[in-house]
Amino acid sequence: MDFSLSPGAVEFRAEVKAFIADHLTTEVVDQMHATGTFNDKAFNAALADAGLLAGAVPGYGDRDPIELYILFNELEKAGAPYDGLAVTMLVAGVVNAVGTDFHRSRVLGKLLTGRFNCCLGYSEPDHGSDVASITTKAVRDGDEWVITGQKMWTTMAHVSDWVILLTRTNPDVPRHKGLTMFLVPMDTPGIEVQPVPTMATERTNATFYDGVRVGDEWRLGEVDGGWAVMGVALAFERGVMGGTNPTVPLLRHVRDWAGGAASPDGGTMLQDPLLRERLARTAIANQVSQLLTLRAAWIAATGGLPGLEGSMAKLYATGRYQQAVGWFQEMAGAEGLLGFDADGAAADGWIDYDARHAPVTTIYGGTTEINRNNVAERHLGLPRDR
Amino acid sequence: MDLDLTEDQEAIRDVFADFFSSETGPERARDAEPLGFDSRAWDRLMETGAPGMGVGGSRGGGATLADLTVVVEEAGAHIAALPLVDHMVATRLLAKVGVCDDDALVGRTIVGLAIRPAQDGTARTVPTGAVARRVVALDGDALVLVEGDPGAHLENHGCLPLAHRPLAGATVLAEGPDAVAAYRRTLDEWRTLTASTLVGITRRALDLGVGYVKERRQFGRPIGSFQAIQHLLADLPGLLDGARLLTAKAAWAGDRAVAGQAGVADIGDNEITDFAALACMALVSAGEAATTATDRSLHVHGGYGFSEEYDIQLYFRRARALTVVLDDPARECRRLADLLLAGPATSSPPGAGSDRNSVPHGGPEPGGDADHLATGATR
Repeated sequence: MDFSLSPGAVEFRAEVKAFIADHLTTEVVDQMHATGTFNDKAFNAALADAGLLAGAVPGYGDRDPIELYILFNELEKAGAPYDGLAVTMLVAGVVNAVGTDFHRSRVLGKLLTGRFNCCLGYSEPDHGSDVASITTKAVRDGDEWVITGQKMWTTMAHVSDWVILLTRTNPDVPRHKGLTMFLVPMDTPGIEVQPVPTMATERTNATFYDGVRVGDEWRLGEVDGGWAVMGVALAFERGVMGGTNPTVPLLRHVRDWAGGAASPDGGTMLQDPLLRERLARTAIANQVSQLLTLRAAWIAATGGLPGLEGSMAKLYATGRYQQAVGWFQEMAGAEGLLGFDADGAAADGWIDYDARHAPVTTIYGGTTEINRNNVAERHLGLPRDR
Repeated sequence: MDLDLTEDQEAIRDVFADFFSSETGPERARDAEPLGFDSRAWDRLMETGAPGMGVGGSRGGGATLADLTVVVEEAGAHIAALPLVDHMVATRLLAKVGVCDDDALVGRTIVGLAIRPAQDGTARTVPTGAVARRVVALDGDALVLVEGDPGAHLENHGCLPLAHRPLAGATVLAEGPDAVAAYRRTLDEWRTLTASTLVGITRRALDLGVGYVKERRQFGRPIGSFQAIQHLLADLPGLLDGARLLTAKAAWAGDRAVAGQAGVADIGDNEITDFAALACMALVSAGEAATTATDRSLHVHGGYGFSEEYDIQLYFRRARALTVVLDDPARECRRLADLLLAGPATSSPPGAGSDRNSVPHGGPEPGGDADHLATGATR
């Protein structure tokens, strides 16, 4: 095995790091936390203009696919607003993989400019992990479809130009077989977006679809073939496009804080043996998370679809993230409860922020339980029991 | 970047998977208890050249550390009662200081490594001390070699051939900072290869658990169909693969260090290529994977997992033994922290004393092979 990046990848990483150093200003970070929208169109556009999005679409283009991993890993490590960009590039990958020439010409090129966003319309109020049971319906009417229903957790819907929408087109067949995916322009009449505030300040949304009419040309994949499109989207989503190294900025923030924070036992917190042990354990977990992610990226780069490997990376990384932030918040004591703007906040409020954010990471993008089911059934070959 | 084994390594893996499958395994491990040494298997292993394959130059096999991880993962998976890891790294060290004779090279004389610094003239709980005629140890800043009958076996949890070895009459091989650096490098090789052994144990423990829950029926169904069972096992492939990747990365960094390429250890950017840091990380990670996997696999065996009859208990005990025989993983993590963070801790946890087990790491690896060490110096 060789863990060194190719010279081209090293160069690309240096470009991304330089871009982040130039463009990830305090204002950008403050804005993202103030609004709860982890997406910055100017930042995204600048990334595109710098040529750094050319390899950011999974399965698309002729750039080294490791660039995809590098881009999102660097953005995540730096604490940049990349959530909206990751979803957008994911949708670009799905459009490229299963879309028509119409989709590619109308959408893909725009997404690559960094000036447009997409969101994911899978979950519903009553159907989350059991996504194949969704009830938002699409009914054919001549060359059009009429879509009615509600989606939940449509993060970035309020800044998005398109939503990929999972709908039920046939209620009379087994539930996986009656689903169809659409790519719906968000300015289509009948769509309403309502904010859903969260305890981490990150904004998500509920979206409502009331007789939304779209032409058949916006269908993505086959009629009743929506489950296959989901499979492609999930394989792209899990692991490679960020989400598996959130503990890197946390560790950096805690280390930097600990060097200047007095320990109640004397000396600094950085001299506390238990904190040192936990910082080291976290550093190990960060390496393992990176390697599991890199493996998923490597599989994608060599022509595979790393769905299971992505599940493993997400399972491991999100569990360790929660463990680490729990340790650090306890060890910081009351100061670990203080937020960004509070006087004396441990790690400038990052511990509080991460402690509020961490719970969602074992829920969104496929819960830990769903990922365990995947690994148990498809990797270990245990009998399906649902 | 390439996360596949090389073609040569795949061939090595296949050859040794066959070897350990036919010459070792749970039954042989049982027969070798409590000492933990299968002399017949060692005789056969000598025919393969494995004991000296990590020694460079014209005499040895010239295998890289990465190659050796492939071999010992198979030994771990087949629970071979052989002092292979310790012999491999100790002979590499002897060759470095120019005193690896043919008996050591081929394994007729087993060489052990004292992985803890000597205390009051004795190397305590040497992992292969009860079977090795020669033991390399660090005594102060002196690298020493003691030769003589193996020590009295200390019966233990993992049925390892542990023994204390007094260092009286030992030969000084080298002294001073270079000697200490060479010893530390060897200990990091030991960490890396022990991690790989633990990866093999993890792999097989998971296989045993999965195999059992597919066969065992309760309430009219295989117990492996219950989510409560599935989810205990579903965390393990990530732990296994993560530990294997980290161990492979440590070996890669170790081989690069020999070639003179220094690594870095930047936790702020999650960029770690320093061998000493990665070796520590690999051992802790693989130890956790192996203890977790054997614990869960034993548990899903129910009462049979606790019985001597089933194989999982053999893996369970060895996983723990290899995880702690060097030191408490928590102390290993604090040592790692000294490599990763500015300045060591000024205070020690209660009872830690002067951290007597610790061999403090220095800075980056010394570049190149340590041929400049004093060679063959004898007392």
